[in-house]
Amino acid sequence: MQEVLHGVEGFMYPDEVELQWSLLIVLYPYITGLVAGAFILASLERVFKVEAVKPTYRLALLTALAFLIVAPLPLQLHLGHPERSFEMYLTPHRTSAMAMFGFVYLWYLMVVLLLEIWLDYRKEIVILSKSKTGVMKWVYKAMTLGSDNISPGALRVDDRVGYVITVIGIPSAFLLHGYVGFIFGSVKANPWWSSPLMPIVFIFSAMVSGIAAVLVIYVATTLLRKEQVDMRCLDTIARYLFYAFVIDFSLELLDLVHRIYEADESFHTLDFMVHTRLYVSQIVIQIFLGTIVPLLLLAATQLARFQEAARRRIYLAASVLTLAGIFAMRWNVVIGGQLFSKSFLGYTNYKLEFATREGLLPAIALLILPFLILWGLVKLLPPWPSKEAAA
Amino acid sequence: MSTNRREFLTECGKYLFLTSAATAALDFVIDGKAEAAPNYMMTDHWWAMTIDIEKCIGCGNCVRACAEENNVPVGFFRTWVERYYVPDFPSTKVEVDSPNGGKDGFPDQPHTGGKSFFVPKMCNHCSDSPCVQVCPVGATFETPDGLVLVDEKYCIGCRYCVQACPYGCRYIHPEKNTVDKCTLCYHRISKQLEPACCEACPTGCRKLADLKDPKDPVHEFLRVNSIQVLKPHMATGAKAYYRGLDGAVR
Repeated sequence: MQEVLHGVEGFMYPDEVELQWSLLIVLYPYITGLVAGAFILASLERVFKVEAVKPTYRLALLTALAFLIVAPLPLQLHLGHPERSFEMYLTPHRTSAMAMFGFVYLWYLMVVLLLEIWLDYRKEIVILSKSKTGVMKWVYKAMTLGSDNISPGALRVDDRVGYVITVIGIPSAFLLHGYVGFIFGSVKANPWWSSPLMPIVFIFSAMVSGIAAVLVIYVATTLLRKEQVDMRCLDTIARYLFYAFVIDFSLELLDLVHRIYEADESFHTLDFMVHTRLYVSQIVIQIFLGTIVPLLLLAATQLARFQEAARRRIYLAASVLTLAGIFAMRWNVVIGGQLFSKSFLGYTNYKLEFATREGLLPAIALLILPFLILWGLVKLLPPWPSKEAAA
Repeated sequence: MSTNRREFLTECGKYLFLTSAATAALDFVIDGKAEAAPNYMMTDHWWAMTIDIEKCIGCGNCVRACAEENNVPVGFFRTWVERYYVPDFPSTKVEVDSPNGGKDGFPDQPHTGGKSFFVPKMCNHCSDSPCVQVCPVGATFETPDGLVLVDEKYCIGCRYCVQACPYGCRYIHPEKNTVDKCTLCYHRISKQLEPACCEACPTGCRKLADLKDPKDPVHEFLRVNSIQVLKPHMATGAKAYYRGLDGAVR
């Protein structure tokens, strides 16, 4: 009966007809990728002294925080017993890659992101705690954590510590997302996932998606504020997006060529799957629309001269396509890896539901939520100089 | 404390057909208080299963017995039977079916020529289990007597173990929302009884084996036959030993 419902073709082991990891598990690597990528973009300014991207530094940090807050939610929603998830902190199983999730997450949230944002904003927080009135005064007062010394000496210390944290943050961002790649790459039972390249592909695809997301958010927020987009900044971000994308695509091509040339026992099954059930999401969306087209667009801006408005539109189009392409990549990894039988003798289908716990509706809500959080964060901690200050 | 003739013969009959530990446990098991039976020493055993492909007739008795003994939910399987059809040269297209896990037996084989055989499947109770390795909270664990079990009060239902099992032996229990799988009828074998599937098998295809018991016939079975485990390249230390396993089986 289940075979009929899922449109099974060939033979599946009877317990593997229904997919175990749903759309929510697609969201998890997508969201953590945006976090890691946004942070790495922020670190360009701080550590690698790429001054041109300064207008996006704080915005990138806040974007990373907004998405990081949401990152564990799809996992929680997916668990059979979410009330027991705390056991991963209390009694982690040391041989499990997944058991480290809580610790990697906490490290990144508490030690890297929150601390860096706090240090960077401490001066403003202290000033706002003195200038604001009512509830907001107390909110900012609490956010100072009792540290209201903003003498030049104290701010110098903030800057130094912030620099050290960003330096620690770069490998931490790699760890956060490389680790997600390892969760998939280390499953030897699944040839679609099992690859030592997986963590590296995840890291570079994270950089690509995070940079593209910050570019889109930067342009959108600037236009919403009726300000001028800093084209020097945008050109630089787009250039880094192009570089990261070239490396990411090369790694994925290497993986593909290796699989085709090696052609192990799983090859015919996976090849068939890519040409049938994953054709649209893999060939059309991920590779063509989500990779080749944006790469060509970005390459064109490097080779030819375009007007500012045209460049802006090209960058935006390339970034939106990139974000769709990386989402398709996560989909193809998570869902694609479950569409074939571990017997290599058959295929199943993923039935996406709508208003269920793991359906499309909560997934859409989880993708909107980071933007609401970001809106709140931007209100609380404006990432750009206020108009009065600028005047 | 006198023993009459009937009681004497009953006791003698038990000792004749059952092992001493099973005899001691039988009354408790019949009373539904198996846990009160004399202690079972885990370190004295190392459980495995032998499966003789040539003896399997695809009757589905094992699947039904397992489902009944362990309250396996409908549509899920702790054990199942697959039917393979391997055609003659030049065709290379192996066909496999397992309607309802083989629970209701199999329809007639539509093919002529080639070869066809049944393969019972179950948890391999691997000694280097990927499922145990990946469980984030240690809810899936290896017992000192060689089984892989799940603590359903501890499982968080993340399904990583289902992904990690190369043999497709795990499922999420639709009511408990925790992972479920074959326990080798631990509640029975720890009372010196056979697993339900072995007991129900009419041809003796499936047999429980205790590798730590020097008198267990498994030693001769492994010595005199060509034995294979499923997917040996996975290096999981699988302990379901198959006799006559065809290379086509996945």
